Amino acid sequence: MDSAPVLEVRNLHTHFFLRRGVVKAVDGVSFALRRGEVLGLVGESGCGKSLTALSILRLLPQAAARTIEGSVLLDGEDLLAKSPGEMRAVRGQRIAMILQDPQTSLNPVFSIGNQLHEALARRPDNTGRSLRERAVDVLRRVRLAAPEQRVGQYPHELSGGMKQRVVGAIAISCAPEVMIADEPTTALDVTIQLQYLDLLKELQSSLDMGILFITHDFGVVARMCDRVAVMYAGRIVETGPVREIFDNPVHPYTQALIASVPKLRRKTGRLRAIEGQPPALSDLPVGCRFADRCPHAEPRCLERYPEAVNVGENHSASCWLAA
Amino acid sequence: MRRLPLISFAIIGTMIFVAVFAPWLTPHSPIDQSLPDKLLPPFWEEGGSTEYLLGTDIFGRDLLTRLFYGARVSLIVTGLALTVGGGVGLVLGILSGYVGGKLDAFLMRVVDAAFAFPTILFALLLAVTMGQGMDTLVIALSLFLWAGFARVIRGEVLAIKQRDFVALARVHGSSPARIMFVHIMPNVLNTFMVLLTLNVGVIIVAEASLSFLGAGVPPPTPSWGLMVAEGRGKITSAWWLSLIPGIAITLVVLSFNLFGDWLRDRLDPKLRQL
Repeated sequence: MDSAPVLEVRNLHTHFFLRRGVVKAVDGVSFALRRGEVLGLVGESGCGKSLTALSILRLLPQAAARTIEGSVLLDGEDLLAKSPGEMRAVRGQRIAMILQDPQTSLNPVFSIGNQLHEALARRPDNTGRSLRERAVDVLRRVRLAAPEQRVGQYPHELSGGMKQRVVGAIAISCAPEVMIADEPTTALDVTIQLQYLDLLKELQSSLDMGILFITHDFGVVARMCDRVAVMYAGRIVETGPVREIFDNPVHPYTQALIASVPKLRRKTGRLRAIEGQPPALSDLPVGCRFADRCPHAEPRCLERYPEAVNVGENHSASCWLAA
Repeated sequence: MRRLPLISFAIIGTMIFVAVFAPWLTPHSPIDQSLPDKLLPPFWEEGGSTEYLLGTDIFGRDLLTRLFYGARVSLIVTGLALTVGGGVGLVLGILSGYVGGKLDAFLMRVVDAAFAFPTILFALLLAVTMGQGMDTLVIALSLFLWAGFARVIRGEVLAIKQRDFVALARVHGSSPARIMFVHIMPNVLNTFMVLLTLNVGVIIVAEASLSFLGAGVPPPTPSWGLMVAEGRGKITSAWWLSLIPGIAITLVVLSFNLFGDWLRDRLDPKLRQL
């Protein structure tokens, strides 16, 4: 696990510049992803998880959003310094992505084979096989039943789980170094979710990819991830190996998130919800961003933002209590 | 599910057939005059003959023949105007919807301006400055058509570009041009086809109106609108001169509209029953 990271994000700031002010959606995010590792990026809605992913790919949604600081290193090359043409070569060749909703992830007017061909044609293959054979092959790798028939079918003829497998097939067709999975199982039903997570794991180890796994579901994290980064209001508040985080969460936010996950074995009575709302990203407090929802908040929490401190091996947290 | 509009199909089919095969279907010329035979009524009227089935006009030209050749003019003008106007509208609509921002604002204001401008007046102006002719007619009609296409297509693209497959195409490194014309365009072709058929009727009427006003196809080339105009002075004595081309215009336009409605239902997956 000590190999050089394939993807390293350093001090990333992506802000929205709106007429009513600056919204600091991603405000100093740093993490590293190694080959063969699954890093979970966890947090509630609107904390900047997806925007972090889009910043890495430089596909920010509006003209108003800009990455103003930081660097994104893919094998040591800074993606933020690349030209748009170079960036297009990175996308889809070296970084692939899976989105949440398989219903809209495929183009309804093209057959499955057709959509795979487009991705496969960009990658030279010297075995002399036809695009169709290669497409069938990729579909087999994502364990889609009867791939020979599927290549001729259209998205509306497939179920949601099957479609998400096709999306996965398109993503791995270029053998990426990094895959960004943005809540890939949220729209699938529970039995299919598990199968899909197992599939991602399997693909990851066979391709030796790094996966940045974005989710809000700690249950999925426990199953999928090697390490976790917990994000809150645009910053990562705690990061560490997944067992460490589950057994010994340091940041009160992480503790609260884990406490809000139902457990099967133990009777916990009522689940604990986190009171209050996250701060507005356009009007962030100077101190700890979780302070006004934190049961342990002290005066110093409101005055200064706590620096990240090591609390264990590869485990750090941004909390005054940990210091 | 709406039933197949058989009568509309038959009328449209007949029109295309007579337009294509006009020279072989009639022994008469649409242009050569034959004054001894002038103003003959249709064959079922007193004094009519079976040589001129629908009668003759003031120059003794066979009305049926002129109707056939007029269908030709209508189809050529309609086809060209739809290709040029519809094509420009399609491309600009996709650009406007996908690129958005300032380009979108600018193009949509131009569309508003095009809608605000009176088409007939504009065509008359063109006819005066460029001279009468089919090319003038096609240009005038295209300038009127593109705006409607662009506005509707833009709306569709705005909805389609929000879908994830467009985002994934971008993640996959597709260029903006490729996304617009390979990924998005096939998704708006249904709408485009329906717009095309629904506009056929509009264009035929517009062509007839402009020819009627003298801004369209110059005489002696037969055009349905021109034929209505030429016959209107004789409406009390030779009713067939205006009425028969008028009926032809009505039937064809109605047929194209019914066909367009049917096609819209047929291509709309929500209304389709499998």
